Amino acid sequence: MGMTFAEKILAKYSGKKETMPGEIVTVKPDHLLTHDNTAAIIQKIKEELERHGVFSSDLSIIVIDHVVPASSEKTADNHKKIREFVKKYHITHFFDAGNGICHQVVVEKGLALPGSLILGSDSHTCSYGAVNAFSTGIDRTEAASLLLTGETWLKVPQSIKMILKGKLSDNVYAKDVILYIIGDITASGATYCSVEFHGDISQFSIEDRFTMANMGVEMGAKNAVFPFDDITRGYLDSIGVPSSAYSPVYPDEDASYMEILEYNLDEIEPMVACPHTVDNVKPVKDLEDIDIQQCLIGTCTNGRYSDFQVAAKILKDKKIHPDVRLLLLPASKSVLEKTLETGVMQPLIEAGGILLPPGCGPCLGAHQGVLAPGERCISTANRNFKGRMGSKEAEIYLASPATVAASALYGRITDPREVDL
Amino acid sequence: MRIWRYGDDINTDMLFPGKYTYTCSTPDEIKPHLLEDLDPEFARKVKPGDIIVAGKNFGCGSSREQPVVGLKAVGIKAVIAESFARIFYRAAINQGLLLIESAEAVKAYKPGDKISIDIDKGRITVGDKEFSFPPLPKEILAIREAGGLLNYTREKLRKLYG
Ligand code: SF4
Repeated sequence: MGMTFAEKILAKYSGKKETMPGEIVTVKPDHLLTHDNTAAIIQKIKEELERHGVFSSDLSIIVIDHVVPASSEKTADNHKKIREFVKKYHITHFFDAGNGICHQVVVEKGLALPGSLILGSDSHTCSYGAVNAFSTGIDRTEAASLLLTGETWLKVPQSIKMILKGKLSDNVYAKDVILYIIGDITASGATYCSVEFHGDISQFSIEDRFTMANMGVEMGAKNAVFPFDDITRGYLDSIGVPSSAYSPVYPDEDASYMEILEYNLDEIEPMVACPHTVDNVKPVKDLEDIDIQQCLIGTCTNGRYSDFQVAAKILKDKKIHPDVRLLLLPASKSVLEKTLETGVMQPLIEAGGILLPPGCGPCLGAHQGVLAPGERCISTANRNFKGRMGSKEAEIYLASPATVAASALYGRITDPREVDL
Repeated sequence: MRIWRYGDDINTDMLFPGKYTYTCSTPDEIKPHLLEDLDPEFARKVKPGDIIVAGKNFGCGSSREQPVVGLKAVGIKAVIAESFARIFYRAAINQGLLLIESAEAVKAYKPGDKISIDIDKGRITVGDKEFSFPPLPKEILAIREAGGLLNYTREKLRKLYG
């Protein structure tokens, strides 16, 4: 009997020939990602660390990204503790404030590879399925335990195959596809499952795949993964990772899936997730006269070069609506550098955008653009939960960078197909 | 014993707002903010032994563990839901918070019903109706019996290094 991607990779990492859904296996992941929460994690195991040290200085990837630069004495102190920990235990893969959002950094630095297994104490760790890794989120206590022992248990998930057919229309992006899918199967539609994307995927760049895998957890998935292909290879070549460094995992043709779903890409339009759940998805053309006060282009979902490029095309030589704040939040330093070098950022700033440092910015409501009661924000992020960006009286809408840029122009939620370029 | 009834998709921001994630980690810091945006009464009135009954996908969203640590700290005896989000489920195992997945029990519950739980037998009584839930796998029982994952890991380290 053939195996799915998840069954195969978990067999590989637990030293078994095969695994079955529901089975519990012990695995040693290639890497463990933690971010600003590292401070709280190491606090739990102070004594054990003193006595035994970390399992391996190469296991951890630590990125300071969530509240950067520090917004208060408390966050500053957390960052300081993390830096001390990194020095003391010679943590190899450390990225201080300013390098970017952890998930973007992991992929850009070639730390997530095809066929690898990565666990992280952040729910969007599932993003690395974009490059054919098996990656999923865990809690802080589990991260603490992994730091000490290098291993943990995983339950082998059921798998769902999503076959994407056809071709995306103009002004429709990967973000619209994943919003459409989540609207269809709901926020719990893939709970505990491994989601595999198949079909006409060669039209999706690694950046597009990142957006889609990133939102896997918003339908409850354990991980979400794209098969390895020429696009993956091309991307890894471009960041200097030779193909000898990895071995992709392919699901078997005769693997058994809990569900097989087909989506016709030609039919998908620009979509918006309305407050306060990610599955409350509607075509943007059906939303009428929703005024907005803040627009956010960025986060680990859509803060990459192509996202700013799309926005720049819409906003070049124009001014945003006077009642709107447009926040620009590059996902990493290298994204920021590229947008500066190629002149993609300039027109966005001229149009009225405010450039924020690479990091999580206002995505989790801690700083740099929190919302007041009664305000509305349209954002390219992945979550619109009540209270996430500040006031619980505020509303968050999620959309593609094109829809957010078009909305910034008119001060209300706008279909990017309506904008004259 | 009070039973707190909530709906579907109760996410981690409702259970514990993200804006406090990097400033509140200890049970005492967490407690006042529990369910702050969902039910301001909860943090004031919850008592040890209380039970939460909820719909589908309880605990969806972030991987932050404050919701679990907080619910455990205020003495929630169990959360009974139609289904749980995966990271939340794992965090609960690791903290020793009892979660019971039983759509039947949730659907049977009416305000005023008493609930009792027998973990060893895998049985839950709601009003005058009884339901069973599957026993925990042995790997997970071992973590529960050790009193949570950190204790379990400490035992493992002791065996390794003495
Ligand atoms: S950008 Fe937002 S969703 Fe992504 S890691 Fe940061 S806080 Fe989480």
